[in-house]
Amino acid sequence: MDALALSRIQFAVTAMFHFLFVPLTLGLSILVAYMESRYVGTRDEMYLGMTKFWGKLFLINFALGVATGLSLQFQLGMNWAEYARYVGDIFAVPLAIEALLAFFLEATFIGLWVFGWNKVSPRLHALSIWIVAIATNMSALWILLANGWMQHPVGFAIRNNRAELVDFMAILTSGYGWLKFFHTILAGYVVAAFFVLGISAWHILRKNHLPLFKKSFRIAATFGLASSLLIVLVGDFHGAEVGKAQPAKLAAMESLWETERGVPFYLLLVPDPTNERNAVELLGIPKMVSFLAFKDFNAEVKGLKAFPKEERPPVWETFLGFRLMVALGGLFILLSALAFFLSRKEALERQPLLLKALILALPLPYLAGELGWIVAEVGRQPWIVYGVLKTSEAVSRGVSTFQAAVSLAGFTLLYSILWGINIYLLAKYARKGPEV
Amino acid sequence: MDYQSLWFALWAVLWAIYFFLDGFDLGVGILHPFLPRNDLEKRLAMNSIGPVWDGNKVWLVTAAGVTFAAFPAAFALIFSAFYLPLLLILFGLIVRGAALEFRGKSDSPAWRRGWDMAFFLGSLTTAFLFGVLFGNIFQGLPLNAQGYQGGFFSLFNRYGLLTGVMFVVMLGGHGALWLAVKTGDELGARVRRFAMKIWAVLVAATALFFVNTAFVTSIFASYINNYVLLLLPAGVVASLLGMGMAIMSKRFPAAFFASGAAVILIVMTGFAGLYPQLVPARPDALYSLTIYNAAASDYTLRILTVVAAIFVPVVAVYQFWVYRIFRGPVTGEDLRDDKEAY
Repeated sequence: MDALALSRIQFAVTAMFHFLFVPLTLGLSILVAYMESRYVGTRDEMYLGMTKFWGKLFLINFALGVATGLSLQFQLGMNWAEYARYVGDIFAVPLAIEALLAFFLEATFIGLWVFGWNKVSPRLHALSIWIVAIATNMSALWILLANGWMQHPVGFAIRNNRAELVDFMAILTSGYGWLKFFHTILAGYVVAAFFVLGISAWHILRKNHLPLFKKSFRIAATFGLASSLLIVLVGDFHGAEVGKAQPAKLAAMESLWETERGVPFYLLLVPDPTNERNAVELLGIPKMVSFLAFKDFNAEVKGLKAFPKEERPPVWETFLGFRLMVALGGLFILLSALAFFLSRKEALERQPLLLKALILALPLPYLAGELGWIVAEVGRQPWIVYGVLKTSEAVSRGVSTFQAAVSLAGFTLLYSILWGINIYLLAKYARKGPEV
Repeated sequence: MDYQSLWFALWAVLWAIYFFLDGFDLGVGILHPFLPRNDLEKRLAMNSIGPVWDGNKVWLVTAAGVTFAAFPAAFALIFSAFYLPLLLILFGLIVRGAALEFRGKSDSPAWRRGWDMAFFLGSLTTAFLFGVLFGNIFQGLPLNAQGYQGGFFSLFNRYGLLTGVMFVVMLGGHGALWLAVKTGDELGARVRRFAMKIWAVLVAATALFFVNTAFVTSIFASYINNYVLLLLPAGVVASLLGMGMAIMSKRFPAAFFASGAAVILIVMTGFAGLYPQLVPARPDALYSLTIYNAAASDYTLRILTVVAAIFVPVVAVYQFWVYRIFRGPVTGEDLRDDKEAY
């Protein structure tokens, strides 16, 4: 393997690790802020216990989310120097703005929240976690506008041997970027909702602190149902945007080889990339792909063969990633709807089947998020910036295979250890329950 | 002044602020095995930086982000040339962050000893390697048309190593004065007695650093074009003197700010001597990265200027406000009943 392959694996590993921490932060910050507001409004000690219990889990997770984000920023210069040099004029602007507008707020007010229980008024204390929640989500916006630009580059011109920014507003108002943003934060809300549902279910089954966990359950069920429904809507818009901006990715997502009109959606499909066809196509829903992508049953959809072989993304990863993500999305609606309606009834603790299912479902939204990123990033290959710069041209020239191998091994080892410790601590404090 | 020069100045200031702010919490980590003697004292030290260290670290994200946005070619060159040192800096920052958050999450002595070690090593590595990195930039990198020609070990040359040690001493002293102001009980008293010793080491290290800088780099040579810049090293001398006098008369807050001024001015002394270069090339200056050949487009720099002009002051105000909320020393009394503390 060469430095390019190692650098790609390393970015995938570090980004996927980062995205084990971020989605929970995005959603749980909002839930904890809501709980603390309820406490400030009602002065009901149960809400205080709730805030501190979920807040503690939030903080264990938060620490590593921040740390693993820095690695991504540094890698853009360390491993992807040609990328940094070629598109830094554009890509780095939202990144710098993210630090100044969002990251500072988040990091400063989290300190106030953790250490300020006895230093500021309850109102100001609750406000500080709201600021953290808003800043975290704002930070996602700037990052995803940057990533949106890699997916669908706008507002630039090639000058002086690089891509230069000519229209900042075009990046700020990029539909692709905004849809990615909503898609990603909603994915985070689903993760947080299922996190709270799963842990609450565990305690409800054991009859621990029933009022607190039933209330947490209800809050999370509402949040989860709303988010998992909205994400379908946003995902649908997003898919349409992909169809317009990155036809090769759409073709790989659907494993479509020939350019056709009125393309059906096969419930059962097995791609055969070596022979540029599908080995199995069964249970087709007529014209569904055309409709989903272009809102027109007879729209023409470009097949993979319309692109030169070297400009097609890997089919299996993109196809499977997309399929599984969508299937999981359906499951989340089902489960959160069940949780929502059953939590309206008093006898939630007499629904062991649902409660057990929710405990098992806790990791699934994480999986769905990772699959979504595989579709987004693998599906964009061989481009790092779609149509502008190839991934193979973006790697640092001076970084040797040895260096890349050392860093990949180091990251994998360190992150695995930290992930293990993180799981251990989350499990320990989740089991322990609230201190009231 | 053109945008490139403005952004060079802002770039230098952002790095200097980073070393001033994260500097003291890195310093607290460097001193961690030596000054706090038992579990309670280790907790006092960590809790003294607890509310602020995360916000301090964002100055690094910003300084790196601004390097990327304002001087993309410099970001590309520096970050890929210092590949392994930056990797170790990342690991250092990650493990010390984890140490701060996780140490208090179990009562097992082995668990706590492990995280104490991680906090120390992470802080030491970060401070030392940032010194090595900027030392190498000050003296220039072996660059030709193909880019960086050195390796990992060539970075650990005499001047690079010296700057690394200089950073460890400088930030260690800065951290000691933070602890002198911000911790009470026996630990506070012990640190206050220790301050004079580290001050003496810092003075010696700075003298050695300046002498070597004069001989090995062209930093001071470029001051000939602009004598006003000599105020920077003069300011370093004045800050160190003020720091020593404040320690002697037991005015520790004043000593902390004098130490902070010394950190900022030492870093700025180096940066100012680079101008208008960002990364000087050796042996042939033809391949140097300058603020002109490495800069982003004027349009991008204009956008960044507007954003920075609005938000850097806003950030400074609310960070200052949070520092004020947590003013005063942390004592064992404070930690006894606080379940949220480290």
